[in-house]
Amino acid sequence: MAEKKACSLPGDQASSNESRRDFLKQSSLLTAFAITPGVVVKAAESKWDEGIAASLEKMPLKLEINGVKQSLQVEPRVTLLDLLREQLALTGTKKGCDYGQCGACTVHVDGQRVLSCLTLAVMAEGKKVTTIEGLATGEQLHPMQAAFIKHDGFQCGYCTPGQIMSAVACIKEGHANSEAEIREFMSGNICRCGAYPNIVDAIMEVKQGGQQI
Amino acid sequence: MGKELFNPGEKDALDRVDGRQKVTGAAKYSAEYQLPNLAYGVLVSSSIAKGTIKSIDTKAAERAPGVVGVISHVNSIKVPGFADNEHPTEPPTGGRPLRAFYDNRVYFNGQPVAIVVADTLERAQYGASLVKVAYVKEQHTTDFNANTGKAVLPAQAKKNPKSSLNDYDRGQPDGYKTAPVKIEAEYHHPSEMHNPMELQSITAVWEADDKLTVYDKVQGTKPTQRAFATEWKIPVENVKVISKFVGGAFGNGLHNWPHETAAIIAAKQLKRPVKVAITREQMFTMVGYRPQTHQKIGIGATPDGKLVGITHESVGQTSTYEEFTESVLQQTRMMYTSPNLSTRYRLLPLDVSTPIWMRGPGEATGAFALESAMDELAHVLNIDPIEFRLKNYTEKDPDNNLPWSTKYLKECYQMGAERIGWNKRRMQPGTLKEGDWLVGYGMGVGTFGAHRGGATVRAKLHADGRLVMQCAVTDIGPGTGTAMVQIASTTLGIEPSQIVFELGHSDYPMFGNQGGSSTVNSVGSAVQAACNSLKQKLKDLASAKNASLTTADPKNISIKNGQLTITDNSLNVALADFFKQNNLQEMEVTEESKPGQEANKYSKYSFSVHFAEVHVHPKTGQVRVKKVVTGADAGTIISWKTAANQMIGGVTGGIGMALQEDAFMDHRFGRYVTKDFAEYHVPVHADVPHIDVFFVDKPDYIVDPIGTKGLGEIAIIGVAPAIANAIFNATGKRIRELPITADKLI
Repeated sequence: MAEKKACSLPGDQASSNESRRDFLKQSSLLTAFAITPGVVVKAAESKWDEGIAASLEKMPLKLEINGVKQSLQVEPRVTLLDLLREQLALTGTKKGCDYGQCGACTVHVDGQRVLSCLTLAVMAEGKKVTTIEGLATGEQLHPMQAAFIKHDGFQCGYCTPGQIMSAVACIKEGHANSEAEIREFMSGNICRCGAYPNIVDAIMEVKQGGQQI
Repeated sequence: MGKELFNPGEKDALDRVDGRQKVTGAAKYSAEYQLPNLAYGVLVSSSIAKGTIKSIDTKAAERAPGVVGVISHVNSIKVPGFADNEHPTEPPTGGRPLRAFYDNRVYFNGQPVAIVVADTLERAQYGASLVKVAYVKEQHTTDFNANTGKAVLPAQAKKNPKSSLNDYDRGQPDGYKTAPVKIEAEYHHPSEMHNPMELQSITAVWEADDKLTVYDKVQGTKPTQRAFATEWKIPVENVKVISKFVGGAFGNGLHNWPHETAAIIAAKQLKRPVKVAITREQMFTMVGYRPQTHQKIGIGATPDGKLVGITHESVGQTSTYEEFTESVLQQTRMMYTSPNLSTRYRLLPLDVSTPIWMRGPGEATGAFALESAMDELAHVLNIDPIEFRLKNYTEKDPDNNLPWSTKYLKECYQMGAERIGWNKRRMQPGTLKEGDWLVGYGMGVGTFGAHRGGATVRAKLHADGRLVMQCAVTDIGPGTGTAMVQIASTTLGIEPSQIVFELGHSDYPMFGNQGGSSTVNSVGSAVQAACNSLKQKLKDLASAKNASLTTADPKNISIKNGQLTITDNSLNVALADFFKQNNLQEMEVTEESKPGQEANKYSKYSFSVHFAEVHVHPKTGQVRVKKVVTGADAGTIISWKTAANQMIGGVTGGIGMALQEDAFMDHRFGRYVTKDFAEYHVPVHADVPHIDVFFVDKPDYIVDPIGTKGLGEIAIIGVAPAIANAIFNATGKRIRELPITADKLI
């Protein structure tokens, strides 16, 4: 893995990506050559070099998601959002813009609200990630989830997981002391259906209810 | 009937029936289905606005790891329906929708020209970055303001003399000019993007050579099914369209777009399921928008406030390949008594993508001009804007001389004025202050046709008292399932928790598009019909064994806690036992419901009134919407919580329209500068105050048997002018160009 890191500088342009890839292919083939020349020939014929390079491009990633320890291999360019949605089938976390502008992808990383679309999966190494799927305790909804239902804090439901994850963090951060403060500290989560007043009502109720969140 | 029947009241309103799925992340949207061998498609879009593709270099992309195919017009399989002249998809606009990868023509900047498909999303994204397209550029025209003079009467109007898009005159053309007091003004709003939070997505699977399944973000599963069957020339029943959850749409799911066909082509050509979720940037060019519109109004009245005439002209934008029209001028024709009335509707085709209805569509556009002009004239006349409207209140529809099915707009004025504290409003603008801030009050009226179409619902009553209903309708957010459960519960007596309403699948019974505020009117009526049919069947069975029940009124049949009761004849039996006695496992009915001829004798509209209190900072021009009161005469309110939420959402959309939303194009390239939420602003939490919702809640049984009139559109129609009028009242500055940003106020 040493040579991989040496070549995997941030900001590499396409051309250097290409050369890095060639390097990976060559080095893996060289390793294979050291074992037996026959393998190299066969590898070249079957385009194994691509396969080997592809597997070497992945990095090991250990993290905990919703209390479950995961040991994964991911490409370093994979975002935490796409890892959750496309590789782990945790589609409760939503993609709304991919630019960190809408908040639909909000998850908790070590208890902090984080935009998973702006977080490379490998940056979560060793961390604890909580998504909307991990918020309830078994069948028992989290108080914020229950409050969203009670106050109808959504319509289409697409921004809802992000709103709820943000709302929980908003209270924990101490930023839910008034309606105005909630509006300010929830403004990173867009709801195009426009259920904002109901979302604020839900957060106020949970805050005032004083339940363990 | 009415209130007693369907509205359990605000306090007992149902929670959203799919709420638990939505708050736990269990709700599956169209890009969230796990399928074996799924591949990812990423679209490459054009970087010129008009011309032809000279060449596409796809070699590097094809060689890139994980890429399984690159498809463009060069190598795309032929879509059989593309060769036809007929228009293959909804809605019935002129021209035809863009045909994905059909030929080398480029009609707008951002047009999909190739799709790169790979085994992972990242590999498809990287592959797409390697495709190099060379163009032969042609001179494009995208500047609306510079070309409004070239606008033409829509082809649809030319073809059909009865079309309401044709020139219209009541009384004397331009009769407003004869009025003692008159104003003339021009209004403009830019194109606005629907921008639902869910990106437009489709997962296409060819189950066999002539069998297609799509998980698609649409507002109608049946119209989409029909469109794709026509495109691919396969039997309609061979196409399955699944849209169980739709993450907002606001109209952009009323049309089928090129990314959908691109995914279907790729899936067929590469023989594996393909998912395409377009990017936020692509949402600005590939899936429609509210077209920018330039309007002129001339309006005149007598000194005591009786309207003499209104002339309202509108020029809207469309694409060069497809004619999109909307109903901008209808509110002007029917809202106020005016002996003289003229409307003119024109379209300007540009080298841009095709617009599509966006919430409250043309009516919201037209209401901005009309309701602003009414406020302007009221000010000149020195008459209170509500009083001015009451002086010109229509007791029948002046457009067609028909009586209203119901109209409780006066009640809306009165209730809204009380709730906002209209008496605090000063007639003289700029004279009310709170600290440094100028305070203003404004109001605007909205209306939208109370439409009802045919709908069919299947209902299955199980022996344990559970009811399962099905309809192809989608739910883009209004709470369709919740309203349907409420209607069934009220009709049959069954507890809401024992009722399931399944939707969003083209295999279910017929309904068209969820659009035009017609869903509850149409599908709700079919739910009621299906439930009544079950009652009739139960009664028939009961009276076959007990003749004394023959005269029982089906109205008095109910099922509660699994117990079947016919009250007037005192039958009370466990439903399970009743089914057993009649050798029934379950009871199923399928009922179609559609409007009758009687309704044509009336003019049918929903009405809304919006009141806004704004604070404007005189030095910075910052506008804060401090309070909004919004009310509707929408017939019976079925589901209070979701209905109120609709109104709140409409007001929020109206705040965006009034103060923020502006799709801005750089005409040197014909490309949007605003292409994400950093540049294209929509309301966020901090922009939206408490919104006070009220409903008149009186049934209209002319529109449909459940008494509803429709709500989704009127929630936004009239909001933008209410805010613009409030800003005038606060500052004395009349801004006729949306959005009203700070620079326009200082």
